[in-house]
Amino acid sequence: MTSPSPIITVSGLSKTYSTGFSALKSVDLEIRRGEIFALLGPNGAGKTTLISIICGLVKPSAGTVLADGHDIQRDYRAARSTIGLVPQELTTDAFETVWSTVSFSRGLFGKPKNPAFIERILKELSLWDKKDTQIRRLSGGMKRRVLIAKALAHEPRILFLDEPTAGVDVELRQDMWQMVRRLRDGGVTIILTTHYIEEAEEMADRIGVISKGEIILVEDKAELMRKLGKKQLSLQLQQPIAALPAALSGFDLSLSPAGDEIVYTYDTQAERTGITTLLQGLGEAGIRFRDLSTSQSSLEDIFVSLVKERA
Amino acid sequence: MTTATSQRDAAGMRLNLRAVAAIYRFEMARTWRTPLQSIVSPVLSTALYFIVFGGAIGSRMQSIEGVPYGAFIVPGLIMMSLLTQSIANASFAIYFPKFTGTIYELLSAPVAWWEAVIGYVGAAASKSMLLGLIILLTATFFVPLRIEHPAMMLLFLVLTATTFSLFGFIIGIWADGFEKLQVIPLLIVTPLAFLGGSFYSIAMLPPFWQKVTLFNPVVYLISGFRWSFYGLADVSLGVSLGMTLFFLLLCIGIIGWIFRTGYRLKN
Repeated sequence: MTSPSPIITVSGLSKTYSTGFSALKSVDLEIRRGEIFALLGPNGAGKTTLISIICGLVKPSAGTVLADGHDIQRDYRAARSTIGLVPQELTTDAFETVWSTVSFSRGLFGKPKNPAFIERILKELSLWDKKDTQIRRLSGGMKRRVLIAKALAHEPRILFLDEPTAGVDVELRQDMWQMVRRLRDGGVTIILTTHYIEEAEEMADRIGVISKGEIILVEDKAELMRKLGKKQLSLQLQQPIAALPAALSGFDLSLSPAGDEIVYTYDTQAERTGITTLLQGLGEAGIRFRDLSTSQSSLEDIFVSLVKERA
Repeated sequence: MTTATSQRDAAGMRLNLRAVAAIYRFEMARTWRTPLQSIVSPVLSTALYFIVFGGAIGSRMQSIEGVPYGAFIVPGLIMMSLLTQSIANASFAIYFPKFTGTIYELLSAPVAWWEAVIGYVGAAASKSMLLGLIILLTATFFVPLRIEHPAMMLLFLVLTATTFSLFGFIIGIWADGFEKLQVIPLLIVTPLAFLGGSFYSIAMLPPFWQKVTLFNPVVYLISGFRWSFYGLADVSLGVSLGMTLFFLLLCIGIIGWIFRTGYRLKN
């Protein structure tokens, strides 16, 4: 899936707003051709600023961006022609019809008319029966799809989705994810920002974590889950104990304040998890348990711990 | 949903005339959607001027240099509509996308600033010229008209509509609220238009005010425009044309600066 030249190359990109707020601090980032890249970060981390610079809405203070080899400032026409942007806010021309607003977008990006292509987009987004409806008469979810249709109208190779499922119901979210996968299968590189970890976990091939204007991590999703994926074994005890047995000090154990639960944190990737030895040791110490459960850290836990580490 | 040709098209694009056409059509379509506001209302208010000033009051006034008063005010009234409508059309056209946020699309599109200006300003100027011609036609029902220099009349129509559409575009970008959008048209342009000689020849003013009035740019527009109708002018035709071109270039210069610096459009 990866090819030698990245489709987007961000180098030393910084943005300081006139208020003095430093939204991006020398960001370097490469997006691979054909991947789904999730940019994950809390509100105010710089996700939208980064996207806005790449798409031409915000001027960078320093640094460069290449989109499919074209400098976004020097060669903005070629760069922008390759990019489609779905903004976070539902900003639409309320009185336009779906058909006219999507056709307008195609013209704005300098593409010749192609009604058959627009028909295909509208059908794929389940908007075909609404094509002559004024946008103000559509539901929020439909408006979001109109924005996606507008972004796709000029056949971009790169699609930015800024918080695509914010305020979108569960069903539509599933539809959206499927549509994003179909686009990727069609060769479109997709960059989405989200603060829903679930979304990144579900969708992305790679994940970048941004916090306070810095990219603090870029990793294959699977690798990230593996690397930081810790598992925990919780043991509910029959009788509370005052302290952990000294014989088990080699294990990463913690005892709940009430003394009725022991939590063992282990690495699933390690050669031995140590569970057998631990359970034997507990048995020898005369500790009996009522119940046990294991849990694996989600991307959310990973994310929270990463952001905390940096704070 | 992508094609192999898109990159080639993009790299080969030197001019994005399709974008100019898209913006122009979009803006013109807005007019036909709101005909009451765009056409009927300005035509009605001008017709009222004809009835009040041309019919009721004008019948008791002397003709000015041989032109009946009702006919004398026609060029001025058309100019006033042209000014105010050009400003209103263009300022609203660019302010509204800023207000709703839809401007993101224009900013992210492969469109040069001057292409956007041609689209928006071209549409605003087309609308107000169309309106000017409708008012001219309306006037023929109320007063006897003659147009001695039709080519010059059209030139003034085009130059004025373009200049004030550019000016409106600047206002629309500068404005960050509906009040600011209105304040210059209401507090500056309307007084200048009224005092620009729509309803009188500046020769009718006391000498001191004749001098003051020469600082009013609208005087040059109305004078030149009226000359193209009746061969009468308050200032010479050359000065009128020169001043009009000067304001045109000034507006283009300011817009160029706005887009180079990203003023009020890009952070």
